[in-house]
Amino acid sequence: MTDSTSAQSPAPAKVRTSLLTQNALMKKRNAAEARFKAYGVAAICVSLSVLAIMLWTIFSDGVSAFKQATLSFPVTLDADALDPKGNRDRAEMMRVTTIGYTKLLNAQLLAHLEARGISTEGVTDKDVAAFISRDTPARVRDMVLEQPALLGQTIEVSGFATGRIDGYLKGRVTRDTAERDTNISVAQLDLADRMQAEGILAAKFNWSFLTAPDASDQRPEAAGLGVALIGSAYMMALVVIMVLPLGVAASIYLEEFAPKNRWTDIIEVNISNLAAVPSIVYGILGLAIFINFAKFPQSSPLVGALVLTLMTLPTIIIATRAAIRAVPPSIRDAALGVGASKMQTVFHHVLPLAAPGILTGTILGLASALGETAPLLLIGMVAFVANYPASPLDGGVLDPATALPVQVYSWASRSDPAFIERSAGAIIVLLAFLVTMNIIAIILRRRFERRW
Amino acid sequence: MYDAPNLETRVTQTNTKITARGVQVFYGEKQALQDVNVDILDNTVTAFIGPSGCGKSTFLRCLNRMNDTIASARVEGEILLDGENIYDKRVDPVQLRAKVGMVFQKPNPFPKSIYDNVAYGPKIHGLTRSKAELDQIVEESLRKAALWKEVKDRLTEAGTGLSGGQQQRLCIARAIATAPEVLLMDEPCSALDPIATAQVEELIDELRASFSVVIVTHSMQQAARVSQKTAFFHLGNLVEYGDTSHIFTNPSDPRTESYITGRIG
Repeated sequence: MTDSTSAQSPAPAKVRTSLLTQNALMKKRNAAEARFKAYGVAAICVSLSVLAIMLWTIFSDGVSAFKQATLSFPVTLDADALDPKGNRDRAEMMRVTTIGYTKLLNAQLLAHLEARGISTEGVTDKDVAAFISRDTPARVRDMVLEQPALLGQTIEVSGFATGRIDGYLKGRVTRDTAERDTNISVAQLDLADRMQAEGILAAKFNWSFLTAPDASDQRPEAAGLGVALIGSAYMMALVVIMVLPLGVAASIYLEEFAPKNRWTDIIEVNISNLAAVPSIVYGILGLAIFINFAKFPQSSPLVGALVLTLMTLPTIIIATRAAIRAVPPSIRDAALGVGASKMQTVFHHVLPLAAPGILTGTILGLASALGETAPLLLIGMVAFVANYPASPLDGGVLDPATALPVQVYSWASRSDPAFIERSAGAIIVLLAFLVTMNIIAIILRRRFERRW
Repeated sequence: MYDAPNLETRVTQTNTKITARGVQVFYGEKQALQDVNVDILDNTVTAFIGPSGCGKSTFLRCLNRMNDTIASARVEGEILLDGENIYDKRVDPVQLRAKVGMVFQKPNPFPKSIYDNVAYGPKIHGLTRSKAELDQIVEESLRKAALWKEVKDRLTEAGTGLSGGQQQRLCIARAIATAPEVLLMDEPCSALDPIATAQVEELIDELRASFSVVIVTHSMQQAARVSQKTAFFHLGNLVEYGDTSHIFTNPSDPRTESYITGRIG
């Protein structure tokens, strides 16, 4: 170079450093790196342990919801009591209410205990009758009305025990709590022990937790998730049907066709903002538009799905646009170069390549929609619904229903402790629903895996 | 090693295929190409050479209106294909691109089977009425692209699984399957190794029999090897256009001479 460099002070003498020893700066850099790794590992450990604690509490509380204390004993269906006129006419038989059946079942249970030689000492007949859930006479009545030929026969009835007995079998009710509880006595618990030893009382797997509708505060043992499952399934199906075409069409237009100007910029910013709007705001919007203005029925899966669609749409548009943008431009050039039209380019080449990304985004959006509670509370889906909605072909999407997260919320807010276990059980079902959806998404994504 | 074949470099044709008059291209405010006038001959390989950013690729992309896909690009002047202005309002660029095929710098086969890659163009343009006809077009195109022997037993395999040189020949087969009249090639060998390059160059010379080929290249040796006509672009201007032998041995413009001898570029 020039002379100016040589004119400066002579370069310091070179110190030979060994590669085998680390200098101070290197040590500092390595230490920083090690610290950073440790932070990362610690963060992962903390989140994993929190997740483990959460799952452990949910499962330890909730698994017992799938089992239910069940009383099994033979019942002779007394024709005189249940069909006083004796003509097997359905309308006449309907006159005998569940009270009539309750009396019959109570008497038969007492008789069965006596026959088996199980002492009911210290327990009044009324307290023995209190073992039988109010759900059981109703079920027997439905059965008899369905098959009048059963009258006069002796059948084996298997029905729920009341919530307190169920709690005793699961360890929720103990002798200590029974002393302070007006609904149950220690003598009743002793009787429960004897009945369990004789096989009359047992905890059995409870399918009706998944199939039965919700039940009132007085009979937590009969409450099930049937209506909530149907409601959630209807809503998810409707959300997919509405959100996928809307979201994908909007993304394709914005990404591939729309001119880049101030209007599209404004739309873009607004979509990002909408994705961050709290979900309860969508609930109010749905209440105002779909229920107050459009007069759709309250508590219906259709309104729920419309609200959830509005809520999920921005997320799905953002994910889909990212997926479309990730398709290499060379593919578009190639398609245009052989004379494909813009639409052919998009539908033949861009969309298939973007499909895995679109699917992932959709599933993430659906998962958040599935767990969404707040907007559904506002459109009345928190109501107590004891009847199943009809099939979708018969307009079932307009029938009142609840949803899984809303059911969790409403059970968790009830007073009877038996509902706490059911609430946790419903969370397990919700998580299983989510995991199933994610597995489907992974399978679909594998099928469309990127191939360039 | 592979010996480069002796390719024909003399101009043997006189009918003009493409005529460009006063072509100017703007990207937004910036002018990328100034007043280009050129006559591209039929059944001839025309090479565009010049330093990076000189506008040769821009001009190439004008010839099949690929610049339309860039929102800010604006083209002025006229380009006639067989006497018809391709920038006329009535011209659908999609129809134009079936007549003017294009091969890109990086091999970009569709992530589909080899067969589907070649069959896609004829299918969307409705060139065939039966599967047998389509099979025939695919085979002919692959034969013309000198790829048939290598892939005839694995037509259902993914086009992306081929080697780089094979992929580029597949892209050439895809471009010629729509029976174009002009084939545009944007640095088709820049991503290929010397052997694959030699194969593609040989192929270009064979394609000259059926199409008018326009090739953009960074390699002056390549231009000298494969083309009969050469256009030299510099800073958005067409500096010199003439017979390849003339340009490389006796350029009339000092800028061309500087570029060819390696003093600029």
